[in-house]
Amino acid sequence: MARSTSKDAQALFHSLRSAYVATPSSLKIIDLYVGFAVFTAIIQVVYMAFVGSFPFNSFLSGVLSCVGTAVLAVCLRIQVNKENKEFKDLPPERAFADFVLCNLVLHLVIMNFLG
Amino acid sequence: MNFLSPLHPPLQLCLSSTLGGGRMHLPKEGEIVIPEMGFQISSPSMEKKPWIFKTIVDERDGILGMSLNLGKEVKEVKSFVGGGNKRMAGSLAGFLVLILAISICEAASIFQPISDSHRSAALDLFKPADGSFGSLEETYEALRTFEILGINKKPDVSTATCGTVSKALGSSSSTPKDLFDALRVNSILKCNINAEVFEGIISRLQAAVSGASSLLDFYYSVGSLGLIKDQTSKADLHLSDAEGIFRSIKALSQSDGRWRYSSNNPESSTFAAGIALEALARVVSLASSEVDQSMIGTVKNDILKLFDSIEKYDDGAFYFDEKVVNVPEHPGPLATSSSVVRGLTAFTTVATGSLNLPVDKILGLAKFFLGIGIPGDAKDFFNQIDSLACLESNSVSIPLILSLPSTVVSLTKKENLMVKVNTVLGSKAPPLTVKLVRAYSTSSKDTSIIENKELSFDPERVVYFLDALPDSVDVGSYIFVFKVVLHDSEHKDVYVTGTLTHVQIFMTGLVKIGNAEIAVLDNDLGSIETQRKLDLAGENAVSLSANHLQKLRLSFQLTTPCGSAFKPHQAFLKLRHETKVEHVFLMRNSGKKFEITLDFLGLVEKLFYLSGKYDIQLTVGDAVMENSLLSDIGYVELDLPEAPEKAPRPPPQVVDPYSRYGPKAEISHIFRAPEKRPPQELSLTFSGLILLPFIGFLIGLLRLGVNLKNFPTSSVPAAFAILFHVGIAAVLLLYVLFWLKLDLFTTLKTLSFLGVFLMFVGHRILSHLASASSKLKSA
Repeated sequence: MARSTSKDAQALFHSLRSAYVATPSSLKIIDLYVGFAVFTAIIQVVYMAFVGSFPFNSFLSGVLSCVGTAVLAVCLRIQVNKENKEFKDLPPERAFADFVLCNLVLHLVIMNFLG
Repeated sequence: MNFLSPLHPPLQLCLSSTLGGGRMHLPKEGEIVIPEMGFQISSPSMEKKPWIFKTIVDERDGILGMSLNLGKEVKEVKSFVGGGNKRMAGSLAGFLVLILAISICEAASIFQPISDSHRSAALDLFKPADGSFGSLEETYEALRTFEILGINKKPDVSTATCGTVSKALGSSSSTPKDLFDALRVNSILKCNINAEVFEGIISRLQAAVSGASSLLDFYYSVGSLGLIKDQTSKADLHLSDAEGIFRSIKALSQSDGRWRYSSNNPESSTFAAGIALEALARVVSLASSEVDQSMIGTVKNDILKLFDSIEKYDDGAFYFDEKVVNVPEHPGPLATSSSVVRGLTAFTTVATGSLNLPVDKILGLAKFFLGIGIPGDAKDFFNQIDSLACLESNSVSIPLILSLPSTVVSLTKKENLMVKVNTVLGSKAPPLTVKLVRAYSTSSKDTSIIENKELSFDPERVVYFLDALPDSVDVGSYIFVFKVVLHDSEHKDVYVTGTLTHVQIFMTGLVKIGNAEIAVLDNDLGSIETQRKLDLAGENAVSLSANHLQKLRLSFQLTTPCGSAFKPHQAFLKLRHETKVEHVFLMRNSGKKFEITLDFLGLVEKLFYLSGKYDIQLTVGDAVMENSLLSDIGYVELDLPEAPEKAPRPPPQVVDPYSRYGPKAEISHIFRAPEKRPPQELSLTFSGLILLPFIGFLIGLLRLGVNLKNFPTSSVPAAFAILFHVGIAAVLLLYVLFWLKLDLFTTLKTLSFLGVFLMFVGHRILSHLASASSKLKSA
């Protein structure tokens, strides 16, 4: 039973990987970027767990910067993905411009909040 | 600490004022501090001043009032502290200090003539520096003051000043004002000036007079010519067109008797009127022939009109003041009055015929100048003394001033009431009689104690005195009404004495204190448990003991020398506990008898349930009471019940009452302790760890085989692509700068420019890429 479960899991991962390989590389870059941002946020949270949250605004701005970037990147991925029929008419360049603008606004606020 | 000493005679009040013309100001340091029950007068100039004060303690309302009465009949100053606070009322410690910003009325009708105090003040005020008094104008003022006051020990400045005078006279660039000042100084110092120098000046001044247009030009040039005529005994020095000049000066006068400084200045001034009158007097004296009497008559009319605008104080003093206040260098009442008096005296000296000026106004002006006391400013001092000298020698009417060396008469010492009559500068008056019209008590104005009595004259001391007071005169304050009658009927036209002079006189004497006793009573029956006789004039050391169910009674009688009841300004009983907690009780009287009964049952709360030894102190004081007392009677040992929990606590006692006004303890600011910071190594480690995801990101990119093949190859889009990336980098750099040093406004301003640029290049490159990809798709 257990064996079959691990096998099933292996099969699941295998199919997932083979399906993911088919993803366009531009989307893969975005996924990598999201992962990078999330990991950076996690490292900051771990740091906070060690030393306490004293400059709380700095901690918040650091984490929110990463999380915000990740969320914006996910939004970009949704818009760029050709499978999403909803955004079929939206050119990816337009989506990228939105992404850049949102990032700049987000980071202006983050810098203001950083202290 | 001097508690109510009537031996300190409430005399005249001549307060010096530092303000020119203002008559009713205390000197700056004249603050009166009243610690507890006593007096401390913190100003050296106030120490010799009389004072009478009255304290009002109302235990129900908790209002402490104090009226201070300086000198004679005076405005009462009331100041209340601690209103509504019952504890404050109970304790006089509550008003340790009362700084009264008093504006005291000068003794109502008593004005002292110029005396030696003015002479010593003059020597203090006019002190030469480096052998001179400063400018020639200041030198003249100093020398003239010394001359009038007859000060012989004046500082010798003649060598240095004569040098300045001859320099000013010899210089061709001197203005008429410089010449005028130099000549004025020369009239006193009589320097050795060459006759040729005068010749040169005369021709220049004659030209200046004929070319003059403003009042001051006339004043200085005509004045200088007049001074030269006086100094050189040149009988033939005349103004060529005296009547013409007279007319041009007169043309500047206004219908109300005031003058304008020049024809194109519409503002008329009282100060200018004085200057004009002086200039006109000079013109008349310099005229080669008699000036038309009708013109002199119109000027006399102007003077009378000017005197209609004179202003008045309540005490009979008259003064001139400038009506237009917004003039630069507004001269003030003293300078204005002084200018008018100088002009008036000069003009009446040269003008023939009588001038029907109201004599009471002349006397009022004299009172105004004397009422200033001793001014603290050299200019004011000169104006005061010079004007008084003008009044003393004027040809209209010379004021005589009635003054009293002392307004306090001790009945015990059988002192005589003395009156002096002098001219304003303190010189001898012509033969005259001083009559006491009537004298009445301030409390009952209708009944006179003395009527129509002539004062005897003591030729040796030059005083008039009242030899014997009737026996009915008791201690207290009285108003004496004097009248001066001149012997010689010729003098009546020359001197002005005023009609009646009202003076407040204090009769002091020993008040008999009798039947003084202190007793402890039982509460319910009122039966006496212990009773002690007291001798309040001597020492007492009573020791009593009481509990909260008993009462303490203190009583005494006050009788004046004439046997009537006496009510002093102050009668207080003070209980002081060992812990320095004090309670003050007001003694109330019924007829002669003063009595206070302290019911301890009702007082336990007020006494803060403090058992133990209480010192008893009695205060009886009044300005007319020569034996005012502040005596420690002894002590009472009180046995009071334990304090309930909610009982009020006694107030913390100040060890030194003055420390309350000393520097306060320094306040040290405590800042919040800084937060604990993590060790630096840990922070640096995590900073390094942050790089790990980034490296992972880069490795991931490499594994995905990312390339820049989509980067535009043709030059224009490539340039836009580079600019787009540079723009993003610039915005991020701006954010870093914002974090490090810039403020939000600068950042937003820069960001708006960068944003527009970024929008432009971004739009260009992205639309290029979009069109390229759509072409690719369609192809």
